[in-house]
Amino acid sequence: MEMPKPDPQVMAKKPQLVKRLQEVLPTDAVIHEEAETRAYECDALTAYRCPPLCAVLPSSTVEVAAVLRICHDMGVPVVPRGSGTSLAGGALPTADSVILGVARMNAVLETDYENRFIRVQTGRTNLSVTGAVEQDDFFYAPDPSSQLACAIAGNIAMNSGGAHCLKYGVTTNNLLGVTLVTMDGTVLEIGGAHLDAGGLDLLGVICGSEGQLGVVTEATLRILHKPEGARPVLMGFDSNEVAGQCVSDIIKAGVLPVAIEFMDRPCIRATEAFAGAGYPDCEALLIVEVEGSDAEIKEQLDLILEIARSHNPVELRESTSAEESAKIWLGRKSAFGAMGQINDYMCLDGTIPVSQLPYVLRRIGEMSQEYGLGVGNVFHAGDGNMHPLILFNANKPGDLERCEAFGADILRLCVEVGGCLTGEHGVGIEKRDLMVDQFAPEDMDIQMAVKDVFDPKWLLNPAKVFPLEVSRLRRAG
Amino acid sequence: MRPETEAELAAMVAGANGPLRVQGGGTRTIGAPVTGQVLDMSGLSGVVLHEPGALTLVAQAGTPVAEVEAVLADEGQRLPFEPMDHRALLGTVGTPTLGGMVAANVSGPRRVQGGACRDFLLGVRFIDGAGRVLKNGGRVMKNVTGYDLVKLMAGSWGTLGVLTEVSFKVLAIPQAEATLVARGRSDADGVAALSAALGSPFDVSGAAHLGDGAAGAARTQVRIEGLAGSVAYRVAQLQARLPGFDVVEGAESAALWQEVRDVLPFAGVPGAVWRLSVKPSDGPVLSAALKAQGLDHKAIFDWGGGLIWLLVDAAGDAGAALIRGQMATLGGHATLIRGNEALRRAVPVFQPEPAPLAALSVGLRAKFDPRGILNPGLMG
Repeated sequence: MEMPKPDPQVMAKKPQLVKRLQEVLPTDAVIHEEAETRAYECDALTAYRCPPLCAVLPSSTVEVAAVLRICHDMGVPVVPRGSGTSLAGGALPTADSVILGVARMNAVLETDYENRFIRVQTGRTNLSVTGAVEQDDFFYAPDPSSQLACAIAGNIAMNSGGAHCLKYGVTTNNLLGVTLVTMDGTVLEIGGAHLDAGGLDLLGVICGSEGQLGVVTEATLRILHKPEGARPVLMGFDSNEVAGQCVSDIIKAGVLPVAIEFMDRPCIRATEAFAGAGYPDCEALLIVEVEGSDAEIKEQLDLILEIARSHNPVELRESTSAEESAKIWLGRKSAFGAMGQINDYMCLDGTIPVSQLPYVLRRIGEMSQEYGLGVGNVFHAGDGNMHPLILFNANKPGDLERCEAFGADILRLCVEVGGCLTGEHGVGIEKRDLMVDQFAPEDMDIQMAVKDVFDPKWLLNPAKVFPLEVSRLRRAG
Repeated sequence: MRPETEAELAAMVAGANGPLRVQGGGTRTIGAPVTGQVLDMSGLSGVVLHEPGALTLVAQAGTPVAEVEAVLADEGQRLPFEPMDHRALLGTVGTPTLGGMVAANVSGPRRVQGGACRDFLLGVRFIDGAGRVLKNGGRVMKNVTGYDLVKLMAGSWGTLGVLTEVSFKVLAIPQAEATLVARGRSDADGVAALSAALGSPFDVSGAAHLGDGAAGAARTQVRIEGLAGSVAYRVAQLQARLPGFDVVEGAESAALWQEVRDVLPFAGVPGAVWRLSVKPSDGPVLSAALKAQGLDHKAIFDWGGGLIWLLVDAAGDAGAALIRGQMATLGGHATLIRGNEALRRAVPVFQPEPAPLAALSVGLRAKFDPRGILNPGLMG
C-alpha cells in the first residue's frame, strides 16, 4: 500500500513544532523521542508501520484545539487516534504527521437515565461506556468485537457496528451529539440530548468520516435499559444455500433477533479444534439470539425453530441454561483466535445483499482454490456483513501480496453483487485503492468536496479513504 | 418541468438558467417560500426492487409513499419510521412522495424506538446543482464505504441535490399492538410516565402526551408492538409500573397513533404550528416557561416529551422570538411547520445556527449547488 512521501519541509520543522506543542501541553503529553514515537507506528493493521513525527496526548477539548491550531498554522498533517484498534489502518501515521491521541480523555461527563443518554470524552473505551451505566441496568448498544479496547472516538470515526446491530443499529444510529474540533481549532457543538438535526445533518456525515473532517472530543450517546434476558439457538445445515435461505426466512417472518451469526465449515473446524465448543461438523452453522423475558424468548424461539426445522437442519440446539448459552457463543467468540492459531490471517469486511450469500460463498471457495490460500467465513448474516478470514504466512515472501490480491477480489465481488467494500471497519488505507471499484470519479469528488469544506488544507488524516491519485491535487493544496 | 428519467432530469438541471423549486407531491409547504420554476418529480416513479428476505426496498424518488406502503404491506412489511402525512395539518392536497419524505427527513412516533427516516435510508442517487448524476450508500444494511452523504441528503430539503432514487431498510409489521392510555395528567406527570416507560426493558415503540386542550382532556399514551404473547406480557408489566393506565388494542390503538403522527388535533384549527426538538424532560419545562412569558399555546409532546408540536396565534411573529429564546437556553431546535407565506418570509423557518456551523452549511451548499439554483433560501 503506497503512502505519500513525507514532506521534507515539514520534517525539518520538527524542533520548532515540538517546542510550540510543549507550550500548550504538559511535557509528558508531547512524545517526540524516536524510541517513543514507535509506539504509534501502526494500529491493528500491523502489516504497515511508520513512526510519526511526534505524538500528542491532550487532556481536554481546549488542548486539542490548541494542538490543531499549531499544526494548521505550520501546515503539519494530523492523524487522529482513538485506541489504535483499526483493522483498516485508519490511524496509520506518515513520517511527517502528528498523531493526536485522545486516550487521556476518558471521563464520563454526564449520565441521564431520565432522558436516556450519556455524555463522555471520546477516549473512553466502548465497553466502559456500558460499564458506567450497567449497575443501573442500562447499556450502550453498539458492540464491536474489539469493545474492550476500542475508543468511542474511533467508533465514531469508523461508524462501528457489532454483532447486535441487526436490532440496535450501528454507531450513527446511537449517536446524539458531538463536540468537534476542526483543523483550524474551531470548536463546534453539533446535536445534543435532543433527536435529529436542526439544519443539515452534519452529525450524520461526521460519523464515519474516518477522522478526516475534525477531531471528536466529546460525544452524547443513546443508552437503553437492558433486556430482561437473552438466549441463543444453534443450527447446523448441510449447505450454505439452505442456511442462507433460513436467514432470509427468519428476518422475513417478523421476529427480529438481536443477532444472526454465520460460520462456514473451515471456520467451524478451526474453532472446534481450538475451543471445543461442541459444534456439529457441518457445512454451515447459524447462531440466532433473541431477547426478552423467558416467556417472550420462548415465543420467539418457537417461531424461529419452526422455520429452521422446515429447512431440515442437521443439528438444532436450544440453550436451556446460561452455561449452555455461553457454550454456544464460545466457538463464535473464539473464531478469530482459532484462525490465528492456524496461520496469519487477514479479516475482510464487505457487505452483500443477504440473498447473494450462497453465491458469494461459493465464489469465495473457488477463488480460495485459485489463489491457493485457505479462507474461513464468520459473519453477521442478518445484515449481510461478511468477515472472510484469509489465511497466509507472513514470513513467506509474496504471501501477503497474494492474500491482498485475493482480498481485493472478494471485495470486488461484494460490490458486483450489489454490496460494498466495508460494512463496519472503514476504508482507511486497506480498502482505499478499491474505492474506484465502488464509486465513479464524481461520486468521490462530491465526498472530497465535503472535506474541502471542513478541512480546506487537507491536513487531517489526508492519505486515507480516497486513492492517492484521486486526492493528489487536493492534498497538494 | 417534469422529467421522466434521471438523464432527462440531469440535463434539465444542467441547463437551468434560474432557480428551481423541487417538488414531489407538493404536500409539504414548509420552509421559506422559494421563487423559481417548478421541477415536478412525479414522473420518476416506481418501485425498482423489493427483496423481503433482505428487508430492502429501492424506489424512484417520485414514487407515492402510499404505493410503497402497499407494496410492502403485501409482504407484511412497512417503513419502520412511521412517516407523517402532512396534508391534514397543512391543508394541502396532492400525493406525498418518497423523495419529499426523505428531503424533509419525515419520521413519526416510532422514531423514539427504531430511528428516523435518515436511520433507515440506505442509499441515494441524486443530481447535484451542476447536473451531475451522483450516488452514495447502497442497498445493504451495513455500509461505511466513504462518507455518509445519505444522512446529509436526508433533511436537506432539496437544497443539496435532487433525489432520483432512494433505498430503505424495511421491517416486518408486528403481529400485535397495544397502547396504554391515561387521561387528565399534567404535562410534567405525563412526560414523567413516558420517561419511566422508555427507561424500562419493555421496548416501547411510541410515547406521547397530548397536553390539556390539544385534543380534549390531556391524554398520555405508550405503545407496545410485537408478537401477541410478548405484547400482552409487556403491557401487564408496564401497567404494574404505571398506575392508572388503561389498555386499548388493534385498530383503536392504531388510531391514537395516527392522530399523533399527523398532528390531527391541530388540523383545520387556526394558528401557526411549530415543531420543536428538545431534551425530553425539557418539554414540559419549555411549555410552562412560554406560558409564563405570555405565549398562549396548545402542545402535543411526542418522542417521550422531546418532540413538541406547538399551536400558537399566527399574529405578529407567531411566538418566534420567545420560542427561539427558549431554544437558546435549553438547546435543541424549532421549525415553523405551518404559517402563511408572509410569516415564512418574516421569520426564519429553521433554527438559526451559530456562526461556525452556519459557515459549514453555506460551504456545503456552495459545493453541492455552486450556482445556488436548488430551492434557494428554503432553509434560510
